[in-house]
Amino acid sequence: MAKFDIPKLETYLKTPALKNDAMAGDGPFKANADMQKSLGFPGEKVDNWQQVAIEKMAETIGKYRSIPVFLDACVKCGACTDKCHYFLGTGDPKNMPVARQDLFRSVYRRHFTFAGKYFPKLVGAKELDDEMLDDWYNYFHQCSECRRCSVYCPYGIDTAEITMAAREVMNAIGVGQKYSNQILGKVKKIGNNLGMPEPALRDTLLDLEEEIEEDTGVAVKLPLDREGAEILLITPSADFFAEPHIDGLIGYAKVFHQSGASWTLSSYASEGANFGMFIGNYDIMREGALRIRKAALDLGVRRIIVGECGHAWRVAYSFWNTLIGVGGGATDEYALQLQNQLDQSFPQPQHIIEYTYDLIQKGQLTFDKSKNDHRIVTFHDSCNVARGSNMGGIENGQFILPREVIKAVCNHFVDMAEGTIKVSTFCCGGGGGLLADDLLELRVKGAFPRMQALKQSEESSGVNTLAALCAICKSQFSKVLPYYDFDPFMVVSVHQLVSEALVLSGDNSQTESKPL
Amino acid sequence: MSLMSILFIIFFYLAVSLCVVGVTLKVIQYASTPAPLKIPIAPAPLTKFGVFLRMTREVFLFSSLFRASKWTWLFGWIFHWALVLLFIRHLPYFWPGETPELLRQAEPLKYAAFPLLFGLLGLLGRRFFVDRVRYISSPSDYLLLLLLIAIALTGVLMTFAHYYPDMGKVYAFAEGLLTLNWSELPSEGVFLLHIFMVFFLIAIFPISKMLHAPGVFFSPTLNQTDDARKKRHISDWAIDKEKNSDGG
Repeated sequence: MAKFDIPKLETYLKTPALKNDAMAGDGPFKANADMQKSLGFPGEKVDNWQQVAIEKMAETIGKYRSIPVFLDACVKCGACTDKCHYFLGTGDPKNMPVARQDLFRSVYRRHFTFAGKYFPKLVGAKELDDEMLDDWYNYFHQCSECRRCSVYCPYGIDTAEITMAAREVMNAIGVGQKYSNQILGKVKKIGNNLGMPEPALRDTLLDLEEEIEEDTGVAVKLPLDREGAEILLITPSADFFAEPHIDGLIGYAKVFHQSGASWTLSSYASEGANFGMFIGNYDIMREGALRIRKAALDLGVRRIIVGECGHAWRVAYSFWNTLIGVGGGATDEYALQLQNQLDQSFPQPQHIIEYTYDLIQKGQLTFDKSKNDHRIVTFHDSCNVARGSNMGGIENGQFILPREVIKAVCNHFVDMAEGTIKVSTFCCGGGGGLLADDLLELRVKGAFPRMQALKQSEESSGVNTLAALCAICKSQFSKVLPYYDFDPFMVVSVHQLVSEALVLSGDNSQTESKPL
Repeated sequence: MSLMSILFIIFFYLAVSLCVVGVTLKVIQYASTPAPLKIPIAPAPLTKFGVFLRMTREVFLFSSLFRASKWTWLFGWIFHWALVLLFIRHLPYFWPGETPELLRQAEPLKYAAFPLLFGLLGLLGRRFFVDRVRYISSPSDYLLLLLLIAIALTGVLMTFAHYYPDMGKVYAFAEGLLTLNWSELPSEGVFLLHIFMVFFLIAIFPISKMLHAPGVFFSPTLNQTDDARKKRHISDWAIDKEKNSDGG
C-alpha cells in the first residue's frame, strides 16, 4: 500500500535508535509565485535571501520575547529528545525538538551572539547557507507545532514558536509551503479553506436539513447569514464538506435546535481554521480573525461559538481577544462596538463543547445513551486544545469537559494510556500545516505513537471508536488508520456521538422501530 | 604585591563586571521584548498565584524535567542544589569582619561537593552514552561540564586531601576583593587553579547557556496567566498596527 515502511505497533512505545537522515528530503511542495504574492510574500526566492533572512530573524527576535529567551535558555539537557511523535515515528535525529530548534539556533548564534560570532565551532554556530535553508524547509515542515516538547522542557521552550519563526523567515525570502499558503489565499479570497462559495455552502446546508429531517422527522435548521441571530457559529469548513466532520455539524445543529437558541453560520466568515498561526504570521492571522469580527458585527449576534477544530480553538481562545478584542479591553471602534454588542455574561468566545456541556449540566438535553451502545469510545485530546487552550474556565477544563460530554452520551468510555493523553497527548501527525498529500509518509509515521496507544486500548478494552474534536485530527486519522489496520470510520466527531444519542423534541423516530 | 595577585584581582573584577553587565543587558532585552500573544503551556495556571506556584515548582523542584526524564532530573537537581549549598559554604570567605554564627555552622556543607560531582558526572555520562543527547551536544556543552567538574575536584582536593592553601591568606584575599582592601594571594597551585576557573565561569555566564537562569523567569510559556478571554493581552507594536489599519 505504501512506498515506505510503516512502523510496526509493538506492545509498548519504544524510543527509536537514531537513524541519521531518515527523513531527509526536499520537504513539501513549495508555493508558486501567485500563492506567495497573494499573501504579500515575494513570489520567488529573493536574490539577497541570506541578508533578508537575517534581517527578518532580527525583527522576529525583537518582536517576540519567546524567540530570544528560548534560543538562549536551552542547555541541551535532552529532556525533549524522546517526546516528539515525528522523532518516535521516524528516528531522524533532526526530529528531536532540540535538534529541530538547533537548525534555527545555530544561525542565531552565528549572527546574534558573542560566542557564535567568535567561536562558532565551539558552540555549534552555523551559517545560513543553501544546505541549512534546505534543512530548515524540510524539518520545519516536519513539526506540527503540537507543543508536546514544551510540556517537558524545564524552561518551557516551545518548538512551535521556533517553527513559526522559521516559516515566517522563509516566507519573507519567498520560500513558502504550497499547502498552507494556497489555503490562506482561498480564505482571503472566498472566506474558507475549501474555497467554497456562498451558493455552494447554502446548498450544502439545505441538503443537510433535508437529511436530518429524513432521519429524525424533525425540522432542524442550519441557518446561514441570519441577521439578528443570537449565536454566530464559527466552525472549520471541513464540517461542511466530508465525513466524519459533517456529522459533527449535524450534532451542533441538533444541540442548538434543542436549546431553542437562534443561531447562524456566516458565508463571509465561513472558516474557523486560521492557518496564519501555522506560518507564524501575526498579520495574516489577524486578517482571518477580522473576518469573524466583521461577520459578528454585520449579523448583530450576541455570542460567538466555535466548532470542533483544534488550532481554531487555540486562536479563538488564546488570541482572538488580542487580535480583535472579542473580550474586554480593546480600544478601536470596531472592537468596542463588538464588546458592547456581545453578551459579556458569557465568556467570549465559547467552544461548542462548553455550550453543550452547560446544557447537559442544566438538564436541558435528553439522551438515549443506548444509541451509542455499539461503541466503545476513547478520546483523542487534540494538541492545540489540550496544550494551548482551556474550556469551562476551570483548571484542566479542556480535558474534563469533552470527556464529560462523551460520558453523558455514551455508556462505554475508556481513556488511552497515561502519558499519551491530556497534557501529554500525542499529535495526530497531521497538524500545523502538514495535512498535505505530499507529506503522507511523514503523516503515517508521525501518527505512530497515537496508533500505538490506540492499539493498546483496542486490545485491552475493545475500543472501536476514536472521538476527536479537531478537523485536522479527524481528516488525518481517516487517512492513516488503515495503514495500521484500523477501520478509518472509527473516527467520529464528539458531536456526532452527541447527535446520535440526543432525543429531539417532536422526535417521531422514538416510536418507530428502526433497525440499528 | 606579586604580579600574580594583581592579575587575579584584575581578572576577578573583570569577570564580575562582564557577568553583571552582560546579564543586565540580557535581562533588559528579555524584559523589553514584548510577548505579543498568550502562549502559556498546559497545565496552565488560571491565576497569578497559580503562575507563582508553577514558577516555584519549576525553579526549586525542576518539575517539568521530572516529568520528562527521571535520570536527567536526578543528576540535574542534585547538581544545582549542591551548587547552592556550596555557594553558601563559600560565603564566610567573603564576609567582611566577624563571620556570623549561622555561616560558621555552614562548615558541613562542604560535603555537598560529592553530590555535586555525582550530578555532574551523571550529566556528562548522559552526553557520552545516550545517543540522542550525544547528538545534540556541542563542544561547549562538554567543556562547561568539564569546567565545573574541575572546579569541584580542585575544591575537593583542598578540602579533603590536604591541598589546602594558607587559610588566613584566603580570607584576607577574598574579603579584600569585596572591601577593596586588596591583599596577597595564596600561592598554592590547586587554589589558584580553582579560583581561576571560577572567575572564568563567572565571566562567560552571559555569553553561554547559563542564561537559562535568568531566562526561565522570562519564558512566556511558563510565566503567563491563562486568562486570555477575560483580559486583553496586547503588545505595543500590535496596538500601533491596529491604529494604522481600518480594523473592520
